[in-house]
Amino acid sequence: MAGGERLNVGAGQDRGRGVPGFLGRRGPGRYHRLNPLTKATLATVTAIGAVVVGGLLGPALLVAAAVLLPALAAGVLRRLLLLAGLLALPIAISAFVVNLFFFPGGADVLFRVGPIVATAEGLGFALEILARILAISGAVTLFYLTTHPADLVVDLERRGVSPRLAFVANASVQAVPAMVERAAQITAAQRARGLDTEGSIWRRVRGLVPIVAPVILGSIAEVEERTMALEARGFTRPGRRTLLWAPRDSVPEATVRWLMLAGLAGLVALRATGAWPG
Amino acid sequence: MTLALHGVGYRYAGATRPSLLDVDLVLPHGEVVGLVGASEAGKTTLCLVASGLAPRAIGGQIRGRVTLDDEDVDAWPMHRLSQRIGIGFQNPANQLSQVTESVFEEVAFGPMNLGLPRDEVLERTWSAVDALRIGPLVERDPRRLSGGQQQLVAIAGLLALGPDHLVLDEPTAQLDPAGTRLVADAIARLATGGASILVAEHKTDLLLDVAARVIAVDAGWIVLDGPAAEVLADPAIEVLGVAPPAAVRLTREAERGGVPAAARARLAEALAK
Repeated sequence: MAGGERLNVGAGQDRGRGVPGFLGRRGPGRYHRLNPLTKATLATVTAIGAVVVGGLLGPALLVAAAVLLPALAAGVLRRLLLLAGLLALPIAISAFVVNLFFFPGGADVLFRVGPIVATAEGLGFALEILARILAISGAVTLFYLTTHPADLVVDLERRGVSPRLAFVANASVQAVPAMVERAAQITAAQRARGLDTEGSIWRRVRGLVPIVAPVILGSIAEVEERTMALEARGFTRPGRRTLLWAPRDSVPEATVRWLMLAGLAGLVALRATGAWPG
Repeated sequence: MTLALHGVGYRYAGATRPSLLDVDLVLPHGEVVGLVGASEAGKTTLCLVASGLAPRAIGGQIRGRVTLDDEDVDAWPMHRLSQRIGIGFQNPANQLSQVTESVFEEVAFGPMNLGLPRDEVLERTWSAVDALRIGPLVERDPRRLSGGQQQLVAIAGLLALGPDHLVLDEPTAQLDPAGTRLVADAIARLATGGASILVAEHKTDLLLDVAARVIAVDAGWIVLDGPAAEVLADPAIEVLGVAPPAAVRLTREAERGGVPAAARARLAEALAK
């Protein structure tokens, strides 16, 4: 969990009766402890910036400065390289191959594979696309590795985002592991009853139906009880919720966020007016 | 702080016949009332209507009046009613918000929704944690607890809303014996502490321990209403499909088997202890 502050614990209050110390626990490193919105802004600006700036050098510098350096500082560089690589791999391979071999108007032939021709123009463009894809996956992965989703949700809620919207966003993220667990249980139960989930692709696809249907129908069936439980806990009350803690923020961080956004806006404007060659 | 149903009938949306018929029920403050009946007899419906979730959250048609201290709660929104009447369900996991990462936040979820001052949220949360004796669990992920522990967390979450009445719809139905014992002990402690609870249960042994009064429902009607020991010993509940407590069954078997009166008296004395 990233850096947080325990808000307004009454002075002189019995420590055991205040906000428990584990809430809003500080992250392991300085980068982790940055406000989640600052990290989200950096990720967004890096991803969009890499696309807007174009070329090879621009995205590469952006990745070095806004992804690799912070990852190194946060101590997550190895995991970042691995995860970002895996995340980008499928789309990177297809984009690289398509552009290398089928770049329209490519004349400078590098090599041939049967009737297909790899061109230097195609290679250049493929590398540019690759740089952008890696910048996007790197920026997203860095955010994921250094920010707890609940921290971002609490921070957004403090800034005025509707509690319901925050709940839906949080519940969606949190529901994924629960769904995976339920799917594993149902798979085990169906296999115990003789369902074949191995073998040819067709057999595997056929085996999916008795697994997917209970997972989805089971989730839908629980919606009513879950909704009632939420209603019974005051969830439908209009107005703001009380927050027990919120991630730290500071004026310098807010300034940096605005500067990053201004930089991105400037870059977009330069590209739009043609002042930036791209 | 009396919760009362006056001539209440209820029909679920899309249903052709009502699930609850002309129910008159008074739940005084400080009394634990057991609710028994076969499956589909109307226990859950009665719980939903008493808590206000039916028809507020699930639609359907209600007639008659539900009152709190003689005040009609018909027009109260659910978030207002939930501060007076808390309801818990069978499946402990479904009662968790699924967005909290610690038991403490889970218990605090309700008071936080109410927008109460932070200090009050904390005080209520700690009080509910103490009442259910789940202090050692506060840092744990609620989704990783056992069913019995989750049910305790769910009940603590209801208590933190500060209700006058608790309605528990078969809180031990999906629990193993250890989980059932955990929840039964918690309900017994709350009962001793003067809580007002309506608890629907198939496990009549549990009711014999915690309830002062027991109501039996059948086909949407209240058919028995009286002191727990009397109702649970009434042969009529077996006809309704409710298994009597072990103590009642044992006493009956002793009678049937011709155990001498003096020995039966000693048995009754031992069971009462």
